[in-house]
Amino acid sequence: MNGINKQTANALIWLMLLTMPYWMGAIGGYTELGSRVIVLGLAAMALNFLLGFTGVLSFGHAAYFGLGAYGTAMTIKYLVPSTPLAILVGVIVGTIAAAIIGALIVKRRGTYFAMVTIAFGQVFYFVAFRWNEVTGGDDGLTGWTRQALHLGFANIDILGNDKAFYYLALAVFAVAVGIMALLLRSPFGRTLIAIRENEQRARFLGIAVEQHIWLAFVISCLFASLAGALYALLNNFTDPRALRWDLSGNFVIMAVLGGMRSFWGPLVGAAIFVVLQDYVSSHTENWMSFIGMFFVLVVLFFPRGVLGIIKRKVAQ
Amino acid sequence: MSQLLFFNVFNGLIVGAFYALMALGLSLILNLSGVINFAHGGFLAIGAYLAYTLMPYVGFWGALVVAPVLTAAIGLLVERVLIRRLYGRDPLYSLLLTFGLAYVFEDGTRYIWGAQSLPYPIPSWLTTPLSTEYFFLTGYRLFMVALVGIAVGALFYILNRTRLGMRIRAGTLDLETVSVLGVNVRILRNLNFGLGIYLAGLAGVLAAGMLGLQPTIGTSLIMPSFVAIIVGGLGSLTGTLLGGLLIGVASGITTVFFPSATEAVIYVMMGAVLLIRPRGLLGEEGRTQ
Amino acid sequence: MANQNSSDKTIGRRSVLKAAAAASVLQLGAPFIRKASAAEPVLIGLDNPLTGTYAINGKNELNGCELAIEQINAKGGILGRPAKLLVEDSTSGDAGTAVQKARKLIERDKVNFLVGNINSALALAMAQVAYEKGVLHIVPGGHTDAITGATCHWNVFRVCNTTQMEANAVAGTLIKDFGKKWYYITPDYAFGHTLQAGMEKAAAALGGTKVGGDLTPLGTTDFSSYLIKAQAAKPDVIIFLVQGDDMLNALKQAVQFGLDKRIHLAGAQQEMEPLEGLSPEARIGTWVFEWYWNQPGVPHVAEFVAAIKKKTGRVPTARTWFGFVSTWTCALAANTAKSLDAVKMAKALQDFKLPPEIALMPNGAFYRAGQNQLIGDLYVGNAQAKGSAPDDLFHVTNVVKGTDVAGTLAETGCKMVWPA
Repeated sequence: MNGINKQTANALIWLMLLTMPYWMGAIGGYTELGSRVIVLGLAAMALNFLLGFTGVLSFGHAAYFGLGAYGTAMTIKYLVPSTPLAILVGVIVGTIAAAIIGALIVKRRGTYFAMVTIAFGQVFYFVAFRWNEVTGGDDGLTGWTRQALHLGFANIDILGNDKAFYYLALAVFAVAVGIMALLLRSPFGRTLIAIRENEQRARFLGIAVEQHIWLAFVISCLFASLAGALYALLNNFTDPRALRWDLSGNFVIMAVLGGMRSFWGPLVGAAIFVVLQDYVSSHTENWMSFIGMFFVLVVLFFPRGVLGIIKRKVAQ
Repeated sequence: MSQLLFFNVFNGLIVGAFYALMALGLSLILNLSGVINFAHGGFLAIGAYLAYTLMPYVGFWGALVVAPVLTAAIGLLVERVLIRRLYGRDPLYSLLLTFGLAYVFEDGTRYIWGAQSLPYPIPSWLTTPLSTEYFFLTGYRLFMVALVGIAVGALFYILNRTRLGMRIRAGTLDLETVSVLGVNVRILRNLNFGLGIYLAGLAGVLAAGMLGLQPTIGTSLIMPSFVAIIVGGLGSLTGTLLGGLLIGVASGITTVFFPSATEAVIYVMMGAVLLIRPRGLLGEEGRTQ
Repeated sequence: MANQNSSDKTIGRRSVLKAAAAASVLQLGAPFIRKASAAEPVLIGLDNPLTGTYAINGKNELNGCELAIEQINAKGGILGRPAKLLVEDSTSGDAGTAVQKARKLIERDKVNFLVGNINSALALAMAQVAYEKGVLHIVPGGHTDAITGATCHWNVFRVCNTTQMEANAVAGTLIKDFGKKWYYITPDYAFGHTLQAGMEKAAAALGGTKVGGDLTPLGTTDFSSYLIKAQAAKPDVIIFLVQGDDMLNALKQAVQFGLDKRIHLAGAQQEMEPLEGLSPEARIGTWVFEWYWNQPGVPHVAEFVAAIKKKTGRVPTARTWFGFVSTWTCALAANTAKSLDAVKMAKALQDFKLPPEIALMPNGAFYRAGQNQLIGDLYVGNAQAKGSAPDDLFHVTNVVKGTDVAGTLAETGCKMVWPA
């Protein structure tokens, strides 16, 4: 019964994602908003790989997201006008940074880990902010656009056609999400969950906890930088705010809001957050208060997140 | 060059003292309650704006005394109504809650006092430089350092000599035992939070005199405070103080040689500390977790 | 699921919110509303900061836009249809949000005009979107030269001056009255870089030299270490090119250090917003204003000031005027072209002279053809502790004609390409 439910839910989610550009407009949305949900949803799911399934709180994931964005933007601007190659470079840059920083901080836990990730995230922010000649500084990196895809048999114009870009983002999202799901089902994924449940016991069982957390951190950042690469392409632009700590905070709230113990939770959270922010900020200049209050309410009343609550209801 | 360097070291100490004041408040709360208070910058702004509103009625000195106390009162209330519910839960939740509060505070101050920067008048005898040679030593900046000194001294006195302070220190080390010994931990945490927010409020009033008032006044000051805590070592207030002063001086010196790295240098310092001495300069062993 | 739920609610609420939501309701295709309104409004989308560093500037531009909309509608609207302003908060620095809001206004709300942004970087990013979509775009207050220079577009018009114009306007006065050795305190982003380059160029032409300079990041609160360096370089003039709250902090600290007693403090662009935040003793220095409310003898200015004062309780700033002119430009473009076709409107604006009740300047203002840059007057003068009125914070010493400082079209680097 449960298995069937799960499959129906999966099918439903994919069906909605596949058809999104065709009903977004009818309910007052627009295609770009859909792409944003996909991109930020991927970032939140990447964060949740670490937060929800390994039990380690990173409050600095925007750094890797932003590195992915800058890597992509700079590749197209300075090196080669190729979208796939740019994405690849973005992901590599973000992942290497994560591997180094991860090694420095992997022994920390809890609040200390969170603080250290925030602070290290800021290093990249300041580099992007101050290294004007290369990064464009506070003005961001302009003067480049995403390039059409050459697939051998066809050229796809993802620049002028919003829907085409949406489906490119969705395809990348699908691959990334698929890999994360496989990893979580593998023995490696089970080990991560064992660490989350009881680190000490995992250690007694002879699990190399630090190595596992390091690897989980790097994988999580890899997908975060992939999301960042898509984000840069989405905006045809990137600036230091893509690396800043408030964005990291947004990723965490998306994961918590949707439900950090469920696989799809962060995507649901991202959808709610993005749509809410888009809606509220169009209607009041005091949208920051609304978003802030929303954070407070989620923490106080929905700590399990939307999917957490639904799951519980179903279980009852 | 050497004179320039000397000036900037000195200036760095002044700036560092200010970071330390903020970081000490954060550190107090973090040590006892395990809460990373992201809204600390927001409380700083509230302190500054309250002082601005009160000044016509109670004067500069009155505002300096009253505004931090009122800010602390708001802090006590926030702790009682919101933050208290999250003790014992994953630190994730208190982090998110204060993160949300930071948004509300920034927007709230803009809503009440407007987005326009406001001038914060300080007594004219404090604004004059003491010498043309050392022109950066204005009365106000020396006064600021003196006040930070007094505040830090008072804080350490409270922690070491009063019953409340000793309980806070004991609670930092082992909250359970303190609780078993009959101390009301809820009240202890509440007062401790208020004390931390008092320091933020005081920092706010001082910052208003130096920087002027704008809703985002606290945002730029919170990150260096985090770094001060990590560099100094979690769990050690002396370490936090030292960390604040050190990063102030470091960025002062960097301005002379490599101005674009003025902000980045404090994070590089933090990285170095984590590599060489993971628990921070004066952090206690075993508090790396 | 999430989308479905929240937007169901949205529809319910939207029908209640009349002003802001009417456009979206039209968009949702509620046929009875479409029939109910006699003439569908012409939409002007404002995508400008309402939060963050530039919140106050954004608020003032918004006030100007709103006044213009009231006047336009009182005078018969745009092509006989009512004009309507849709406002989106672009934030002060997040290009992702600004671009998203621009797309939202263009694609979903189908605005006829796009207006924004104060932040030069966001203005450039928005211009890219507007250019892609072929929508007429007015930049009220983003100063970097590129907007009507190297990256100019046929559909992008700018109201505020280029940084080079501001530099040219003030350089002569500074060299003549205060000396040739300048030290720069410059904000580290495109606007600052181009402004400093402009100042250096203008100074060099008059024999001025640079004795040093520092780039300060946006949002710098403590300028003391930069001021220490500046003092050590022994310049005649310290040129402050920082803006907004950064300007406020820099000037405040310079005066606290007593630097104003030894070195002349000056700069290029100065605005009411930071001067209002300064205590009287720190309101010093030589600057350029792009518009000023106290212009005795210039027709229509007094009425404009009175209208804004009635609306907001404060005098208009240059920002208010930028917003006002930008919005009026939309109406004038459509009414002159007798069309809402972007190309026709852009053509109509080439060398278009603003009517005096909108220009509000002694020598008038026009959009220079081939560059789409508004060329008006610039006001050189001193910030003052006490003026004729509590709001009179600036003393204009001479009005510089924009045509004298704008340079040639070739110098701007703009090569305009029109759609075939």
